[in-house]
Amino acid sequence: MELGGIALSDNILVMKEITKLYPGVKALNNVNLTVERGKIHALVGENGAGKSTLMNVLSGTIPHGEYEGTILYNDKECTFKSVRDSEKLGIVIIHQELALIPELSICENMFLGNERKGKFGIDWDETYSQAEKHLKRVGLKESPLVQIKDIGTGKQQLVEIAKALSKNVKLLILDEPTSSLNEADSKMLLDMLLEFKKQGMTSIIISHKLSEVAYVADKITVLRDGSTIETIDNSGHNIDEDRIIRGMVGRELTDRYPVRERNVSSEIVMEVLNWSVYHPVYTEKCLVNNVSFNVHKGEIVGFSGLQGAGRTELARSVFGKSYGTSISGTLKLFGKEVTLRNEREAIEAGIAYVTEDRKDNGLILSDTIARNTTMARLEKVCSRGIVDVDKENMVAEDYKNKLRTKTPSVQQNVGNLSGGNQQKVLLSKWMFADPDVLILDEPTRGIDVGAKYEIYCIMNDLVSQGKAVIMISSELPELLGMCDRIYVMNEGSMVTEMSGAEATQEKIMGAILRFGKNQNINKGE
Amino acid sequence: MENATKLLNVKKLLKKYSMTIALAVVFIMFAILTKGKILLSQNISNLLLQNAYVLVMACGMLLCILTGGNVDLSVGSTLCLVGAIAAQFMSAGLNPILTILICLVISMLIGIWQGFWIGYVHIPPFICTLAGMFLFRGLGRVILSSKTVNIADKTFLGIFTNYISVPGLDDGNIKWSAFAVGVAIAVFLIVYTAVSRAKKSKKGYTMSSSLIAYGKIVAIDALVVAYAWKLANYKGIPVMLLWILLVVLLYAFITSKTAFGRYFYAVGGNEKATKLSGIDTKKVYFVAYCSMSILAGFSGLLVAARIGSVNGDMGMSYEMDAIGSCFIGGASAYGGSGTVPGIVIGALLLGVINQGMSICGLDNNWQYVVKGAVLLVAVIFDVVSNHKTGKA
Repeated sequence: MELGGIALSDNILVMKEITKLYPGVKALNNVNLTVERGKIHALVGENGAGKSTLMNVLSGTIPHGEYEGTILYNDKECTFKSVRDSEKLGIVIIHQELALIPELSICENMFLGNERKGKFGIDWDETYSQAEKHLKRVGLKESPLVQIKDIGTGKQQLVEIAKALSKNVKLLILDEPTSSLNEADSKMLLDMLLEFKKQGMTSIIISHKLSEVAYVADKITVLRDGSTIETIDNSGHNIDEDRIIRGMVGRELTDRYPVRERNVSSEIVMEVLNWSVYHPVYTEKCLVNNVSFNVHKGEIVGFSGLQGAGRTELARSVFGKSYGTSISGTLKLFGKEVTLRNEREAIEAGIAYVTEDRKDNGLILSDTIARNTTMARLEKVCSRGIVDVDKENMVAEDYKNKLRTKTPSVQQNVGNLSGGNQQKVLLSKWMFADPDVLILDEPTRGIDVGAKYEIYCIMNDLVSQGKAVIMISSELPELLGMCDRIYVMNEGSMVTEMSGAEATQEKIMGAILRFGKNQNINKGE
Repeated sequence: MENATKLLNVKKLLKKYSMTIALAVVFIMFAILTKGKILLSQNISNLLLQNAYVLVMACGMLLCILTGGNVDLSVGSTLCLVGAIAAQFMSAGLNPILTILICLVISMLIGIWQGFWIGYVHIPPFICTLAGMFLFRGLGRVILSSKTVNIADKTFLGIFTNYISVPGLDDGNIKWSAFAVGVAIAVFLIVYTAVSRAKKSKKGYTMSSSLIAYGKIVAIDALVVAYAWKLANYKGIPVMLLWILLVVLLYAFITSKTAFGRYFYAVGGNEKATKLSGIDTKKVYFVAYCSMSILAGFSGLLVAARIGSVNGDMGMSYEMDAIGSCFIGGASAYGGSGTVPGIVIGALLLGVINQGMSICGLDNNWQYVVKGAVLLVAVIFDVVSNHKTGKA
C-alpha cells in the first residue's frame, strides 16, 4: 500500500509478546495481536481474559515500562506514556463506561481537553462547526448545544464516536460498545463501523455479543486467561458462534441455555392491571401507559422492547413506587390487592427488584461481599437490632458456595470482583431477601458466556423452587432461550404477549416495528 | 516467598495502625521536648478533660461524615446556644437537673430542625448547617445579652467536673479507687478476649493469630493501667471521663454492631443501592444530624461546667476540631468508612499536639499552623496509602 510516497505495510498494528503483571496475577502472558489496515478486528474472551488490559497497554493507559513487549504502529515502535501520546497518533479508545460529562453540551464534551482555541479562549464558532461536521458523520441530528444528560445512551455512544472522529482517529478501539444498547441501536452502530471501514478506518472491537462479532469482524482474536488462543478468519462474515465459544471457554458449550423442566403452575403470584407511570420530573410525560401483565408460580416471564420502552420504569414503579410519579393501577399478589408505598414494603410483600446497573444502583462496591449479601434483609441476621456478624458470614459463605462466586473470602470488597461475580453477589443479596417474585433487570449485561450460563442455571433453580421470575432483557436470544412467556413493550405500552414456544426474534422485532408505525400514523392524523 | 508475605503482613499492619503509631511518636516527641512535663499526672488527667467536647462531638460527626463526607458546621454554635440557655436558667434559679433535661430536649429540637431539612427536604447539609451556625450563634448571644454569665450552681458543676472519691480508699495522696478500676478493666479485657476467642474456635470460625490478638490486648491493658495510675496520682477518676466513655462506647456499639449503624455506612457507600434495598435513607440522614445536635448540646453542658461560665464566643470553631478528628482518624472524606476507635485516636492526636505545644509555650497562632498541617498530612497519607482516588 502506497501512501504519500511512504510504503506502509498491511498491518497497522503489531503487538508482540505483551506481558503485564499485577501483584499476584499475570494479566497478560506473551500476547500477540496483529491488526490489518482497514479491517475490523474483534477481540473476544471471557471476563478477566485480558482484553481490556491489552487495550489499556495499547492506548497508554498502562504506560510504557509497566509492561513487557513491543508495540509497532505503522511499523514504528511506540512507547506511549499516556493516553494523550496514543491519541496524537490517531489511536482512540472508547471505554465501556462512557466518559461524558452529563452537565456539559455535546460539543463541549467532544472537545474536552482538546478545545478549539481562538485568540482569546475557546473559539466557539469553530467548535460548533467542527462538532456539527462530525455529528453528521455519525448520523446524529441533535444540536451540538444539547446537554449530554438529555440524550439517550445510544446517542451518547454516538457522541463518543464523533469525539473520536474529531481527534482524527486512525485506529478506533471500542470496548463493549453495544452493552447498553438495544438491538436496533446496536445494529445501527455496527453498520456505521462497516461504513467507516469502507472509508479506510481500522477498528478493534471488544464484545461479548458473538452475533455482532460474527456480523462485523474480519478477524477474530480469542483471548483466554491472559493468553492468545487463536485468531480466526471471518472474512466471509458467516462464522459459527459455537466455533468462537469453543475457543473462549476451551470447551464446547453444547447448550447455551440450560434445560429446565417447564413446570408452570396455574397459580398467579403477581398480577398488575392498568398500570400507568409518569416521569418524575417531566410530570406530563407518560412512561408506562395502561399496562397489564401477570406472572405464575414457577414461571420465567420475559419483557422485551427497545431502550426506553418503559420496562425498567414499569418494574421499578411496581417495586414500591421507587420510580415515577402519578402511579396508578392495581397490583395483586396471590390474588389479593396490595398497596406498596416504598421499597421496604415491596420487599416485605415478597418482591425483589435486581437492578440493571449493578455498580450504580445495585451494590456497595466499597463494602464486603458479606455485608452486601445481607443488605436487603439485614433483620434476618439480627437479633434485637444487633447484627450477628458470624451468622452473616455464614449466610454469605453459603450463597458464595451455592452460586459458585469466585472469591477467596466473603470479606473481600465487591469492587474487587469481576462483573460476573458481582452479578452473583447481587443475586445472592436478593435471593437472601427470599421473595416470591424476582424481577431481574438485564441480569446478564456485560458478563461473559460462562457466567451467563451460571446465571441462567440460578434462574432455573429459583423457578423450580416455585418462585416467579420476571426477566427484562435487551438480548432477544436469551429471552427466547429462557422464558415461558414473553411480553413485548414499546414506548410505554404493551404491544403483545406470546408464549416462549411460538416466539422468534423476527416475530418480536416485527411486533415492535409494526406498533411503532401504527403509533406514528395515529399521531399523524 | 514466606519472607515476602511476612513483609506484606507487616506493611498491612503498619498501615492499619498508622495513626496509632503517629500518636505514640508525637506523644514521645513531646515527652522529650517538654522534658517529661506532658507525662505529669495533672497533664495526663487534663488531656481528656480538655478534649471532652472533641471526643463527644466527633462521635456524632462520624455519623454525618459516614453518610457521604457531609459535615455539620453548626455544632460550635449549638454548643454555645445550649450552654447559654443552661447558664441563664440556672442564674434564674431553676433546678440544675431540670435544666440539664431541658437543655437536652432543646438540643434534640435543634437536631430535629436540621435533620428534617437535610433528610426530608434534601437541603445540602453544608448549607443547612452553615445557616445553623449563624442562627444558633446569634440566638446564643441574644440569650446572653452579649454578656458573660457565670454558673455558680454546685450540683450542676459537680455532675460534670467532680472526681470520684471513695471514702476510706481515696483519703490519701494516691486515689486507689482509680487504680483499682483500671486494673479491673484490664483483667476484664483479657478474660473477654479469651472467652470470645474460645467461643469462635468452638464454632470453627477463622480468627486472627493469637499473637496479634493478645499482643494488642496486652498493649491496651498496659496503657489502661498506666493511665489509671496517673489518675490515681492526681485527683482520681473524673466524672467527665465517665460521660466521655458513655458516649464513645455507645457510638462504637451503634456503628459496629447494630443494623441501624450499618445503614450509615451503606448510605455513604452507595445511596441509590441502599434505597433500593428497602432502607429508609431519609431517616438515616435525619438520625445522623439529630444525634449530632444532641451531642453538641451535651458538649455545651460539659464545656460550660468546665469553664464555669458562658459567653457568646464559646465553642467558636469547635466544629473544626470535631471534623478534623474524624478525618485524621481515618474517616473517608467521601463517606462510607471510618470507625469510632479511629476517630478517638484522631481526637487524642489533636489533643496531644495542642497540649504539647501549649506546655512548650508555642505561640497560639503557630498552633493553628501545626494543626492545619497535621490534618492535611493525615488525609494525604490516608488517600495515597489506600489509593482512594476520588469517587472512582
